[in-house]
Amino acid sequence: MELFDYKLLLAVPAIPIVGYVIQIFFGRHLPRKGDWMLTGGMFVVMCITVYMFLTKAIGFEPSPGNAALLHESAKEGGPIFGWLYSSAEKAPGFNLVAGIMYDGLGAAMLMVVGVVSFFVHLFSLGYMNGDRRYHIFFANISLFTFAMLGLVLSDNIMFLFIFWELMGLMSYLLIGHFAQDPDSPRITHAAAACKKAFLTTRVGDTCLLFGMALFYWKFQTFQFTELWRLSAEEVARNGGEYPMWMTVGGFFIFGGTVGKSAQFPLHIWLPDAMEGPTPVSAMIHAATMVAAGVFLLGRTFPMMSPEVLAIVTAVGAFTALFAATIGCTVNDIKGVLAYSTISQLGFMVAAIGTGGLGLVAGLFHMVTHAFFKACLFLSAGSVIHGCHHEQDMRKMGGLRTKMPITFVCMTVCTLAIAGMPLFSGFFSKDRILQGTLGNLFTQFRGASALSIVALSLAAMLTTFYMFRLIFMTFFGEPRDHHIHDHAHESPWPMTVSLMALAALGLFGGHFWLLHPTDPLAQGHHGTWFTQLVDWKTMYGGVFDPMAANMIVDRYNPYHLVDGQYVLDSAIVAAGTEHYEHAVHGAHYWALGISLLVLSLGLFGAWLLYYKRKVDPARITGALGFGYDVVRDKYYIDEAVDGSVIKGTMWLSRVQKWIDEKLVDGLVLLVGRIGKILGYICSWIDKYIVDGAVNWVGYTTQAFGSVARLFQTGRIQQYISFAVAGGILIAAVHILT
Amino acid sequence: MPETTSTILTWITFIPFIGMVAVLCAPKQNLSLIKGICGIATFIPLVLATQVYFGSFQKGTSEFQLVHFAEWIPLMKINYHVGIDGLSLPLVWLTTLLLFIAIPASESVPRVSKGYYALLMLLEVGILGVFISLDYFLFYVFWEVMLLPMYFLIGIWGGPRREYAAIKFFLYTLAGSVLMLVAVIAMRLDTGTFSIPELVRIGGEGGFTGPALLGMKFTTWVFWFLYVAFAIKIPAFPFHTWLPDAHVEAPTPISVILAGILLKLGGYGLIRACFPIVPDAFTTFAFTLGVIGVIAIVYGAYVALGQSDFKKMVAYSSVSHMGFVLLGMAALTEWGMNGAALQMFNHGTSSAACFLVVGVIYDRAHHRDLNAFGGIAQSMPRYWALSTVAFFASLGLPGMAGFVSEFMTLVGSFQSADTRFQILVLISCVGVVLTAAYILWALQRVFLGPLNEKYKDYKDITAREVFSLAPLLILCILLGVAPFLLLDWMDSSIVQLMRQLGSSI
Amino acid sequence: MIPVGAYVAVSVALFALGVICIVSRRNIIYVLMGIEMILNSASINFAAFGRYNGDGLEGRIFVIFIIILAAAEAAVALAIVLNVFHLFHTIKPSEVDLLRE
Repeated sequence: MELFDYKLLLAVPAIPIVGYVIQIFFGRHLPRKGDWMLTGGMFVVMCITVYMFLTKAIGFEPSPGNAALLHESAKEGGPIFGWLYSSAEKAPGFNLVAGIMYDGLGAAMLMVVGVVSFFVHLFSLGYMNGDRRYHIFFANISLFTFAMLGLVLSDNIMFLFIFWELMGLMSYLLIGHFAQDPDSPRITHAAAACKKAFLTTRVGDTCLLFGMALFYWKFQTFQFTELWRLSAEEVARNGGEYPMWMTVGGFFIFGGTVGKSAQFPLHIWLPDAMEGPTPVSAMIHAATMVAAGVFLLGRTFPMMSPEVLAIVTAVGAFTALFAATIGCTVNDIKGVLAYSTISQLGFMVAAIGTGGLGLVAGLFHMVTHAFFKACLFLSAGSVIHGCHHEQDMRKMGGLRTKMPITFVCMTVCTLAIAGMPLFSGFFSKDRILQGTLGNLFTQFRGASALSIVALSLAAMLTTFYMFRLIFMTFFGEPRDHHIHDHAHESPWPMTVSLMALAALGLFGGHFWLLHPTDPLAQGHHGTWFTQLVDWKTMYGGVFDPMAANMIVDRYNPYHLVDGQYVLDSAIVAAGTEHYEHAVHGAHYWALGISLLVLSLGLFGAWLLYYKRKVDPARITGALGFGYDVVRDKYYIDEAVDGSVIKGTMWLSRVQKWIDEKLVDGLVLLVGRIGKILGYICSWIDKYIVDGAVNWVGYTTQAFGSVARLFQTGRIQQYISFAVAGGILIAAVHILT
Repeated sequence: MPETTSTILTWITFIPFIGMVAVLCAPKQNLSLIKGICGIATFIPLVLATQVYFGSFQKGTSEFQLVHFAEWIPLMKINYHVGIDGLSLPLVWLTTLLLFIAIPASESVPRVSKGYYALLMLLEVGILGVFISLDYFLFYVFWEVMLLPMYFLIGIWGGPRREYAAIKFFLYTLAGSVLMLVAVIAMRLDTGTFSIPELVRIGGEGGFTGPALLGMKFTTWVFWFLYVAFAIKIPAFPFHTWLPDAHVEAPTPISVILAGILLKLGGYGLIRACFPIVPDAFTTFAFTLGVIGVIAIVYGAYVALGQSDFKKMVAYSSVSHMGFVLLGMAALTEWGMNGAALQMFNHGTSSAACFLVVGVIYDRAHHRDLNAFGGIAQSMPRYWALSTVAFFASLGLPGMAGFVSEFMTLVGSFQSADTRFQILVLISCVGVVLTAAYILWALQRVFLGPLNEKYKDYKDITAREVFSLAPLLILCILLGVAPFLLLDWMDSSIVQLMRQLGSSI
Repeated sequence: MIPVGAYVAVSVALFALGVICIVSRRNIIYVLMGIEMILNSASINFAAFGRYNGDGLEGRIFVIFIIILAAAEAAVALAIVLNVFHLFHTIKPSEVDLLRE
């Protein structure tokens, strides 16, 4: 890439951060409190990202000499930043040089972030209007975008981590936006939620930090490309198997994803994060924060051993199903979407864990999900805005006439998330199922067997609860007439954003599936996204992602030989028909399953919430205790509260006691012993040492007192004594 | 015998002394004149130190620079020998900055008087002297000079239990000083010199010939004596209990200086005047030191979590953060050592900022009970913004200074030749999470949620308070974005230190 | 010629009277007079022994000295007495016991 392109890419995160600085200091005094400046800035950012995407990613076709779309400023003379030391002679192993990386995944993600962020900004113009801390909100959301853009552009895991944590901070400030607003009824909840979000993700972040340290210890680098290359070499050196330490390191890195992408058991922060303003939810849930975890998995995939990937699949699949069940019971409109996000993230994570096609499918789902989930949240925001900040679906109903644009947009995106054919979500979800099934068919792994069942069920439940939301909100009789009567369609910045994102939710999938140069050409491996973000080429051709896994569990058919992927010789020897059959079988099975679960879920929702043939209360009543458990989110929050938080607080009290009573007590004891010794010494000094001195004095004084008796002061007496003495002497003299 | 190359260090150190004399001569009713004198007497060293930092100081060499050498007591071979290298220069600069900041911050100290300012000036002389001394005797003298004003500043201008805290501080530190004195005299008798570079050279060659005592080698004795002397200052577990008391009772500017610089004297002493002198003993006990560091990190964080006194919480966070210094040093890797040295500086800015922040709310509410606040962000939004920066810097948020040093320490420790350090890193990660927990919890209880009616009319942070706080916060962010502004300066000295400690770099 | 013993006897008597006078009298003037008597008894002794000792004027010279000394002493003593009276408003020697302290 040219230097100019790098400068453009550098401008992408630079615009929001400069905007942030201006906004935080002067935003209050700018006209319209500076919202136009940041929204305009984001528009420029969106244009740059789209332009870069069009010029770099479109028309890219892998060729033997140029296997992957991979640009690194460090290798192409672009801008680099010596972070720790600026001196040039510092050895690379000790310095940390950050640069820009622009590869297929990054290009796709950057564009998604740019587009979604701009529309969220635009939406906020209407939604946040009249907010007490309007300019601060815009500053923060701008910085949030900056962090995500920087994360995507980072060419090393350290800077990825820095932006990663910055996003944690921004989520803290944005979720806590209402925590300082005296007019907000949920001020206390917001204050607790923002803390919970930051803390929970920080647990994951710390895992990630530890994993990074582990890899740095062995590889002496943070650069992604170097890490990929060295991982491949390390695996090759180890006889094609991942060494134990890489499993441990990969596990810790996955810990970061678990925190950020809200996987079980660190998902607890995400539902609470709904306390933030709705655009923030859209931002967090669609394009930025939670996507970062999946993005990290995509970036570090070559470092993950099969064991870690099995765990990744299992955790993802479990989370998908688990969150989907809760989603069916929630009555808060944003709450449903929150659990749906957790569930969808579970899809992505599970898919990436299966590797191969699943990796591409998972990342693809991340892209499509970003569009339709952003739209869903913004639509929910529009509904909430229209209903004067009522979020309970039980009080809504019949809103489709009042808010037609919102209704259409939300329905489109609901169809997308449910996986209706020809909507974007269908393609990605179908591919996830296909990847998982392919994995299951070509070789049997416990994790993929579990995941296929869990993901199918989760997909069915997704359809169910999403249509439940639609039916409860927009259809039927209005349940609260006061709300219904005052409901209104949102102003134009909001509806424009909704429509744009809904269009992307509808066509996003097609767009990504088209062949980059020949739109009509369709094929299994020739589509645009799979060329951009292909497991064969994504890691710059420096890493043969599946070779290692191949030997361990033979589920990847391709090998990297002289820069070309060829089918494994074992498969060729056994006849390729079986393999081809399995892959095709997976495709048809996946299609069948998606359609089946879609119709089942839709039918269920239609029956219960549209036709109302069956009263949902009867079903919940029949489920009895089981329903209560699900409704109360499996008591995870309570369990965490009771074990981790109570335990920590207890430990902290114990240690405080130790500190005050034992450690400080010891110090005070030493002090007290010193004091007692002092008293003893002073007693000895007073009565024994000084006593001896005093005794001499006393004796002298006693003698003196006796002698004093003669000392009357009367001269006559003295003379009497003198005379008597004289007489005495004379007498003695005479007598002797 | 070293050549005198510059007297600027002597000027930096003794201009505050001139200031002290001037303060003593000034009439005691005219406090504004006294403040003016102090402002000038702290500003000139700051300017000079900045000039040294960006001007006279040569990067890329580990030699002592700007040396000033003069015979002091020839009979005992005690010399006035001062100089700086990459380890001491940042701390000297930080000292001049914090003392300059302390002058406006002293405005809020109750019963502030002429004597207070004079003692503050004397304190600066003592601290700067310790950082630049290259003669152990001189080092000891300055060490004691610094102790005395601190005692009075806490004991006279402190809170309700000030006498207790001051005496505890004084006795504790004095106990350490005595151990140091014993070690210094023992080394003097053994080698015949007080010069620190000379002792480092002799120690590196294994030149100590002193007798073993009670089954422990001479160097081991020297090591532990010096270690305890400096560990009390750091303060490392279990010698830390003077710190919370001293902090809680000390007035705000004194807390700032205490956390910002005095604690660094311990860490600085270790890498300047303890480890390189007895490198073999250090390598023997490195793991023990690492364990102590990790205990401090985790234990300090836990205890901080359990506090309900705002200032005490910040004080324990200091214990926790200074644990990183010990861990990084003990790992004996370049990143670990750099991280430790960096952490000293960064903790100096972030914890000083935190104490200033606590001081602001204490001046208004006259209590520090975390549970009694609430919603202050609504009545003092600018204060909330600045506090967030200060506390997130302390929390180690990326993009801020604390993160760089913590991550360098952790990654560096992980690479230690002694793989047991990896377990220590894993444990200290718990401390990292706990740090976030107590800071966020405190922020929530003080700033967020519904506004406590009592605090409705508090006026927002004043220009004077911002003036004290802003330089520190700017440093926190600047050094997080561009840590090379410090690391470039320290690097050569760290490499040299690593060689002295027997590392193969 | 009168034997020397007679002089000595008078002198002894005079001395004894003087001592008694000093010891027993309550008035400081009498005490002074007692001192004068002792001095005179000494003078008598000097004169008598000088005469009996043959030639020379030593005895008489001492007597003259003593008389002069007694006069001076009486002057000083009376001045002291006046001061004592001034201080203590009494001239009883038993009550003037400052020396004891």
